[in-house]
Amino acid sequence: MSVNMRFGPYGGRYVPETVIGALDELTEAYERYRDDPDFLSELGVLLSHYVGRPTPLYRAQRLERAWGIDDGLWFKREDLCHTGAHKINNALGQVLLARRMGKQRIIAETGAGQHGVATATAAALVGLGCRVYMGRTDMQRQRLNVIRMRMLGAEVHPVDSGSGTLKDATSEAIRDWVTNVDTTHYIIGSAVGPAPYPEIVADLQSIIGIESRAQMLDETGRLPGTVIACVGGGSNAIGIFRGFLDDADVALVGVEAGGEGPAGRHGASLALGRPGVLHGSYSYLLQDPDGQVAEAHSVSAGLDYPGVGPEHSHLHDIGRVSYVNATDEAALSAFLECSRMEGLIPALETSHALAHVRDAAASLRGGGPVLVCLSGRGDKDVDQAGAALGIDASA
Amino acid sequence: MPESGAARLQRVFREADHPLFVPYVMGGYPDIDASRRHAQILAEHADIIELGIPFSDPLADGPTIQAAGQAALDGGTRPMDVLDIAGDLRDGPPVVVMTYFNTVIAQGAAAFLGTAAEKGVAGIIIPDLPVDEADEVREAAGRAGVALIALAAPTTDDARMAEIGASAEGFVYLVAVTGVTGGEMTMDDRLRALVDRARRHIPVPVVVGFGVRTPDQAVQIGELADGVVIASEIIRRIGDAPDAEAADAAVNDFGAGVAEALKPYSG
Repeated sequence: MSVNMRFGPYGGRYVPETVIGALDELTEAYERYRDDPDFLSELGVLLSHYVGRPTPLYRAQRLERAWGIDDGLWFKREDLCHTGAHKINNALGQVLLARRMGKQRIIAETGAGQHGVATATAAALVGLGCRVYMGRTDMQRQRLNVIRMRMLGAEVHPVDSGSGTLKDATSEAIRDWVTNVDTTHYIIGSAVGPAPYPEIVADLQSIIGIESRAQMLDETGRLPGTVIACVGGGSNAIGIFRGFLDDADVALVGVEAGGEGPAGRHGASLALGRPGVLHGSYSYLLQDPDGQVAEAHSVSAGLDYPGVGPEHSHLHDIGRVSYVNATDEAALSAFLECSRMEGLIPALETSHALAHVRDAAASLRGGGPVLVCLSGRGDKDVDQAGAALGIDASA
Repeated sequence: MPESGAARLQRVFREADHPLFVPYVMGGYPDIDASRRHAQILAEHADIIELGIPFSDPLADGPTIQAAGQAALDGGTRPMDVLDIAGDLRDGPPVVVMTYFNTVIAQGAAAFLGTAAEKGVAGIIIPDLPVDEADEVREAAGRAGVALIALAAPTTDDARMAEIGASAEGFVYLVAVTGVTGGEMTMDDRLRALVDRARRHIPVPVVVGFGVRTPDQAVQIGELADGVVIASEIIRRIGDAPDAEAADAAVNDFGAGVAEALKPYSG
């Protein structure tokens, strides 16, 4: 089966000529291995015995009552994946692919550090060298993940350009790839970048949607009325949405970073950006009138990105998915409510999806069960969220 | 009907008795006036001027050009300022602008290229627009009379070289190293074979850049190719100069040195 290069007008391969050959090679490898029994069985064994799939579907009854979600609030527990987020689904698949392609070295970019940790983990598992690019700002706010990556044997390379966040780390990873393309596989962490990456990442993450659709039917006998996920680049969102795209009655909602609110800085590419090219694909983008890419802002490093995956742009244009946003403040309060009422400390990224459930509860009520992709756990965020919420370890 | 950009570029290659010297100036670095002055100084020595429009996320550029572009943006440089510099150079050697695709489409490719043409720009290099994504822009460029300059790289295979050659206009920019700008090229058998291969598949002149730093390297490239681009090295010399006057002098000395080295023996 051939790999999607475009989603409507979005996507494409807007990259330096030097890496076109590698993108062709990756496309061919993925077309060859995506249905290959050996590849699928190796990945399948790792997903079940190493990652812990299928991840459970959990009914969050206390939040459901507090927020008035009458038809049930369900969490797809990607936070229980090994390494603490859905990112490992993609990292493992791509590492297995890299090994089959004969690459000796893995590079990745990371914002919150979850993709960096997942990639460092997968690289350690198969014995490949790994370098992770991370903005200096993000290294400070996601310090624990920096330490984890280094413990796993990865080299974490600080990026000082721009605002020292995910956009800058991604640019630097692409430059490394342009330079070392013969030996190196670049594992992009979200459903962004030049084709075939958005399709590969979405495909590897679609297990979230496939599992949760079957689990919802098992547990409730019906499909969810609404599926909600946070969107930075959009990999957990596209992963869960892919399970429901053909179910016309299931509403799909992506929650972007509202940051400081509409008047301030934010990361709401779909709501407030316009199409342009960043990191190799044509998609909605925060930019100025000259096409200079704007600096995004979010309390969560993983949503602090001015672009979004091309498939989301297409789903936005055709109206299949509604894209909304939640502010830093709303996400932080949802973070605390989920921690205190469910005993689940969610990632700050995921907290944006939860904030939307709470703040849109009136319109969700009576619309069928609500399914949230609980994309990651918040251990990595305790320093930052604690500081913001006034919680510390003082005696 | 004015001569098209592609025709002007062709004429420069045809009439030259030496490999062409193509120095790069980042528009707006260290400031707009200085970059205009540097371009005017280089115009005295160059056969073609490559004029960079700064972009926030230059994927094909190494640290030197990245930093220069960021400084230009921090100083408030806008694409129109750089196109105005091109306009000021219209009586000199042809100007080829270099920028990233998002700059071109932000105001619409046709509008951007139309303005570039009005300013006398002969060609445009868009390093993140590979040949298979370029049809629409090529058409708009053709209508505006601006040559879309394609790039080829060491990782470009023969079939793709031929594809690039088939639609090439003006010249093809051959990237000497697998990497970003500002590295260091070495003249070895691999590079010789690359240039050979490019010339076999590409019917228009081939200009080599990325990592060329010295007049000697320019001469070595010139023995194989139709021209040589020098970019990061010029920016480095501007950055190293203690003041504006010294920067002007450094640009002039370097430009004169490379131009002299590329000239044929007249004795």
